[in-house]
Amino acid sequence: MSRKKVAILGSGNIGTDLLMKLERSKYLEVTAMIGIDPDSDGLLRAKKAGYEVFDGGLKQFLDNAPELADIVFDATSAKAHIRHAKALREAGKLAIDLTPAAIGPYVVPSVNLGEHLHECNINLITCGGQATIPIVHAVHRVCPVSYAEIVAAISSKSAGPGTRANIDEFTETTARGLEVIGGAKQGKAIIILNPAEPPIMMRDTVYALVEGEVDEQAITASIEQTVAFIQSYVPGYRLRTEPLFDGNRVTVVLELEGAGDYLPKYAGNLDIMTATAVKVAEEFAKPHVGAASV
Amino acid sequence: MTDKREILVTEVALRDGSHAIKHQFTVEQVVRVARALDEANVPFIEVSHGDGLAGSSLQYGLSRTNEMELIEAAVSVCKQATIGVLLLPGIGTIKDLNAAAKLGVGMARIATHSTEADISAQHIARSKELGLLTVGFLMMAHMAPPAKLAEQAKLMESYGADVVYIVDSAGALLPDQVAERVRALKESLEVPVGFHAHNNLSLAMANTLAAIKEGATRIDGSVRCLGAGAGNTQTEVFVAVMERMGIHTGIDLYKMMDLAEDIVAPLIQVPQEITRNSLVLGYAGVYSSFRLHAERAAKRFGIDSRDILIELGARKAVGGQEDMIIDVAAEIAKRQAAVESR
Repeated sequence: MSRKKVAILGSGNIGTDLLMKLERSKYLEVTAMIGIDPDSDGLLRAKKAGYEVFDGGLKQFLDNAPELADIVFDATSAKAHIRHAKALREAGKLAIDLTPAAIGPYVVPSVNLGEHLHECNINLITCGGQATIPIVHAVHRVCPVSYAEIVAAISSKSAGPGTRANIDEFTETTARGLEVIGGAKQGKAIIILNPAEPPIMMRDTVYALVEGEVDEQAITASIEQTVAFIQSYVPGYRLRTEPLFDGNRVTVVLELEGAGDYLPKYAGNLDIMTATAVKVAEEFAKPHVGAASV
Repeated sequence: MTDKREILVTEVALRDGSHAIKHQFTVEQVVRVARALDEANVPFIEVSHGDGLAGSSLQYGLSRTNEMELIEAAVSVCKQATIGVLLLPGIGTIKDLNAAAKLGVGMARIATHSTEADISAQHIARSKELGLLTVGFLMMAHMAPPAKLAEQAKLMESYGADVVYIVDSAGALLPDQVAERVRALKESLEVPVGFHAHNNLSLAMANTLAAIKEGATRIDGSVRCLGAGAGNTQTEVFVAVMERMGIHTGIDLYKMMDLAEDIVAPLIQVPQEITRNSLVLGYAGVYSSFRLHAERAAKRFGIDSRDILIELGARKAVGGQEDMIIDVAAEIAKRQAAVESR
């Protein structure tokens, strides 16, 4: 069974964590890592592990060895992704975008991955979005959600300079995701950085206001089903308590422990992004693998 | 007389006081308070949801009135005072800041946790572009040692802040600790330093005087202590103390006392005393707006609200983490039930 070839663009923490996760994939074969700093830990590791390494950015990769990958994960920045998206499209590569650039459609695996398997650019929204939008959608499947609000608390250490320099991007993109993908009529997102030592695990609180009769059992069952699905690719994703009901308000508290690949375990917010990226790429790879084996 | 003000006071009752009345301000109330403050010659008046612009939420409490209406109303009745807004990056955004600026506010205070100043760069820069007096607001200052606080203040200054405040959000600092923090900022900053107190340990005034002694020139007060927890430095009392010390604030003491008594006191649902829960905020180092949420959670789970607050302090919860309250309360209730059933 041949695996789909993939490359990683970006040799920072995210790119390197992605590399370690991809090494375990049954459907994906990582071939290359592309960066701009030859001394970065990511590129050094990739080289040592025997992968092709490009330190001249995406252009160098596309000019010299485009055949090495059909799928490219972009773990750089939103600004850089605008350029990368164009180049990858022209080269006929599928881009899985881990930046908040949002050029391609928003994708949350438990909700709408199947609808976008023909796209050439997939956006993963934000870490808070990947953790909370599925819960809002799980509620929405049972009772229409008129308003969804999420609060993501992450350890200061897991918030990189990109997030810090443009924190509005997180709140605005996540809020939009709650509406467009979660199904809420109105969405709101809040992010809090907590500097406590030892670092806190990512916590997400989801509040949803529902319309009509509140079927507590059905909502709880729907949430549990979604949590189980996410756990299949993010093992450290869990409910802290049973969903709480108060009139038409549903409150769900989640905790996210990372797999501890390259990133430390407390960085569950980054882990869910890399794990989701792998999950999405695998879904794209599966049908091709199946077809080839017929 | 106003151009000689030695200490510039910002009245925060219409922002910090929003917590104490569960964000129920009406346009009429804001108009009455703001007009009276303006007539008393208070130079700066802050108006926003307690958690800053866009703070209206299930997490912190929904505003009864859209804060933009409150801001607009306050601007419309002030002749000399500048209306300011608070913005916490991560809650409010630049869009909210733009909307407030359009309404005629003259000051924006950009608040972060005391160690997270670097999330304020874009908001401080935007506030400057909008031509607003821009204040960096370092909250929960008791959680950062003086050198760390000075380093973070320096970052805010480098982004363009005109003033940087040390904010004792938990009312947990002691006078010496305030003094060493103000000193550290004065030594490293070019811009003026401000101080914002909470009276949870009955130290708001003492801490404020310690800050002034070390060179702080901008001070926050809340009239009749209308602020989160046990409130802030009581503005009318502060004005009187400044007069006795021969420090000019430019504020009319009699008018200030009258508005406290006649206009603000009737708005307050429960007197702003140092209750046992307010005291525990300061004692455990917990964000002052957690108090009412903890009291509600304690009632819901049948436990002592002080246990919740102490546990939140031990877990180093930061401002804005109100969602931890229910979680902690549920855990304590479970633990206690387990003990009782043994």
